[in-house]
Amino acid sequence: MTLMAEPSSTGRFGEFGGRFVPETLVPACQELEEAFRDAWDDPVFRAELAEVLREYAGRPSIITECHNLGRQLGIRLVLKREDLNHTGSHKINNVLGQTLLAKRMGKKRIVAETGAGQHGVASATAAALFGLECKVYMGAVDVERQALNVFRMKLLGSEVEAVHSGSRTLKDAVNEAMRDWVATVESTHYCLGSVMGPHPYPWMVRQFHRVIGDEANAQMRERYGADPDVVVACVGGGSNAMGIFSGFVDTDARLIGVEPAGGAAVGRGVPGVVHGMRSYLMQDEYGQVQEAHSISAGLDYPGVGPEHSYLASIGRAEYPTVTDAEVIEGFQLLARTEGIIPALECAHALAWISREAPTMQGKTVLMNLSGRGDKDVAQMMDILG
Amino acid sequence: MTDAFGVMETAFRAKRAAGRKLLVPYITGGLPGWEHAVRAAVAAGADAIEIGIPFSDPVMDGPVIQEASQKALDAGATPVSILQQARELEVGVPLAVMTYYNTVHHAGHHRFAEQLAAAGICAAIVPDLPLEESGPWCEAADASNIETVMLAAPTAPDERLPRVCARARGFVYSVGLLGVTGERTALAATATALALRLKAITEVPVLVGVGVSNAEQAREAVQVADGVVQGASVVRRLLEGGAEAVGEYVASVRDAIDA
Repeated sequence: MTLMAEPSSTGRFGEFGGRFVPETLVPACQELEEAFRDAWDDPVFRAELAEVLREYAGRPSIITECHNLGRQLGIRLVLKREDLNHTGSHKINNVLGQTLLAKRMGKKRIVAETGAGQHGVASATAAALFGLECKVYMGAVDVERQALNVFRMKLLGSEVEAVHSGSRTLKDAVNEAMRDWVATVESTHYCLGSVMGPHPYPWMVRQFHRVIGDEANAQMRERYGADPDVVVACVGGGSNAMGIFSGFVDTDARLIGVEPAGGAAVGRGVPGVVHGMRSYLMQDEYGQVQEAHSISAGLDYPGVGPEHSYLASIGRAEYPTVTDAEVIEGFQLLARTEGIIPALECAHALAWISREAPTMQGKTVLMNLSGRGDKDVAQMMDILG
Repeated sequence: MTDAFGVMETAFRAKRAAGRKLLVPYITGGLPGWEHAVRAAVAAGADAIEIGIPFSDPVMDGPVIQEASQKALDAGATPVSILQQARELEVGVPLAVMTYYNTVHHAGHHRFAEQLAAAGICAAIVPDLPLEESGPWCEAADASNIETVMLAAPTAPDERLPRVCARARGFVYSVGLLGVTGERTALAATATALALRLKAITEVPVLVGVGVSNAEQAREAVQVADGVVQGASVVRRLLEGGAEAVGEYVASVRDAIDA
């Protein structure tokens, strides 16, 4: 029995999760749950998904040992290279799964939210591949700081709408995508980009990403004959972390999900309900959701997937934070020592590893490099001038 | 559960029996001058008032109510301040609150229900709390004699509607269309279709809301339903013209549904 099993019939991981959506969306969530169960148990669907992951996304992704940085830090540092997937991040795993499912359900259109633009680009890509109409909601602040990805989505034939409400970042993009879905639910699938939202999304998205952990587990055993001592990933909503954790949750490895100091849902949050789920949430004394602040658009989210809240509550995973300054250091560190430019999101994981290396001497540390940094180069040019 | 109906449902059933159609304007609590708007709406013939307690992430609301919520929050409105002001209203019609579930969850179910009761509120509408998740709140609300209005959506299959109606207190909120709150040029066909389906299975008053945008559409809706909730059309007038504009508009809707 794995620790990361199916949630309860009400979509709960312990006391977290659930399905807190307007009545209009309840039948759609039920239909989606049923369709996902059916597809996941269907060898034909699984074979179709495996094929498109292999021949379109480029899976399996390799693992890379960082000899230079590892020596410098006194650890064995291994990267799971999700940055090498088509579209440049892990997001494509989930999107290919959900779009195949949407087609199977007879939907003609998908909507998606995006923060850094990686999930938006992946959604636009899959929509182009499978002939679906696609609209991506993106906070106006993020549209500005990720202009390249906005253009990419348009190039792929998707419509991008800048969201001007609230904090004008990821949380508000989710609100707007949900409002769209409430109005278009009969023809549209909401292609949610992380392990969050109402049941079945947290579970379904984790299942679509568990290929990361399953591959990495086999690769580590083959290469080193042992499990890693520590598994590290950055956490916004938490999908790349869930993906890699799922391959190691039943081993002795420490699981570390690194949050930005300005978006520490687990670290600073108390349980709350937003975006369809009960989970740790940054909120004020009256339950108003607070704005997250992070250098990385992809982690600028005040909540976290409910299964992370569960793993935190039972002490199975730890959720430390790093500052923006540490992240900027981490970003440059990997570029200079290994010739790999990481996404700013992943630079959070690097920042933690670099800071905590003295306590992990001689240990094997596996980090999920969930995306490449091309999209962040313009922003870093401004910062590093 | 007791057999007796709550304050709002008792009033609504009596008015319905007397042949009156029910009119419930929505007003965003905490907007500067909102209490004046409540008084104006009641003077113009409202049968109850739905007071919005603003939330940072209102996923069921369109641009007008989003803007009003943000303005109220910017003006420093909190659930506590709005309920304090509501207690002073004494307008002689039942008061309901509409808020999102995190406001309830954060306060705690029993504490929030008690706060509502202490402020003289009869009922609560929580649009992101569907039937399956509503148990703990409904239990607390029942214990404090707060009537929980359930929403019924056009997407609900036939087997779901009786379960929604069975849990509804005060009235059943028949969602007029697929979409969020806001004004539309015409009443959606789904509005009357769902109201008809509900009227066929329940004795609880059925009010249509979301997308009932003017007096003419309200009149159309009450050909089938027991009444209407008026949200964005009221709030837009409050934002643009203040309490007086709200009073004039509510009076025009009253005339239309009485005709």
